[in-house]
Amino acid sequence: MHELSLVHALFDQADRAVLPHGPERVRRVEVAIGALAGVEVDLFRTAFEIARVERGYRSAELTIERVPAEHACSVCGARPLAGAPLACPCGGRVALTRGGDLILKRIELEVPDV
Amino acid sequence: MCDVCGCGDTRVVSVDVHTSLLAHNDHEAAHLRRHFAEIGVVAVNVMGSPGSGKTALLEAAARALAGTRRIAALSGDLATRLDADRLAAAGIAAEAITTGSACHLDADMIHRALHGDFGARVAEADLLFIENVGNLVCPAIYDLGQAQNVVVLSVTEGVDKPLKYPVMFQKADLVVLTKIDLLPHLPGVTTRELRDNVARVMPAPRVIEVSAVTGVGVEDLVAALPPVAARG
Repeated sequence: MHELSLVHALFDQADRAVLPHGPERVRRVEVAIGALAGVEVDLFRTAFEIARVERGYRSAELTIERVPAEHACSVCGARPLAGAPLACPCGGRVALTRGGDLILKRIELEVPDV
Repeated sequence: MCDVCGCGDTRVVSVDVHTSLLAHNDHEAAHLRRHFAEIGVVAVNVMGSPGSGKTALLEAAARALAGTRRIAALSGDLATRLDADRLAAAGIAAEAITTGSACHLDADMIHRALHGDFGARVAEADLLFIENVGNLVCPAIYDLGQAQNVVVLSVTEGVDKPLKYPVMFQKADLVVLTKIDLLPHLPGVTTRELRDNVARVMPAPRVIEVSAVTGVGVEDLVAALPPVAARG
């Protein structure tokens, strides 16, 4: 399971993003996981729970946006039907246009209002 | 909170990050890709299930390429250096990466392996096979600086594997169907159906059929490998 190493990569990035406040002030971490990002969402949640306290994010909740996969022909723009062969009748190159990424989107912190 | 002026109150601050969780690996892989270009080596990332025949395929390729290409190989496994020893016996400059518990190779592991003596042997080669940890899931998302992603799928694994493990096939440049000498013993398994399923998950399907035992298709494999890179 590579989800644990991905979660540690998440906290590495978050550590830098939440300076100068520190991880203990983080209340929410939002990620977007594509259907073809190669990540098992339940395992990712479990890994987040395993690493959260150890990394100092005691009060952080994880919010996951699931992004569906979409392919499109780079020439005519046609999208293959779900489950059908991906090749486009026009012969153009088909590429994944959405749903291949694993993104740390946003972090919410609760900070003193001074 | 004080009830005079509200000091001690808190507010919520939102920090937009929008970075890939693989950013560090992708950065290291870009370094590797530049390094490979500088030393004139093309790297091929060979992925597939445990027992799909990755090592046997590379042994067969080494026999076919003897005298024409100088080959190095990095072989990843959780434990032992058995595969690296097999590849070395086949005439390849081979080194093992023992991952312990990690289910995949990442760019940092390749980088570390290229330091020291083995890096010098890779620089003398023109083709580097990176035999990934046997796993049809995790290795797919880690860029290793390769010029080509090869997915090895044995016919004994059944026809439905591309549909069940689409991410790896989505990332593949070439799919090699191995053990085709066993097809007569596998009722219900046809390479036609395997190819059809690959085409549903691989945007630009490119499939070759090989038996490392009989040698059928090994020439097709050799022809499908990236050409020798211009150095520099």
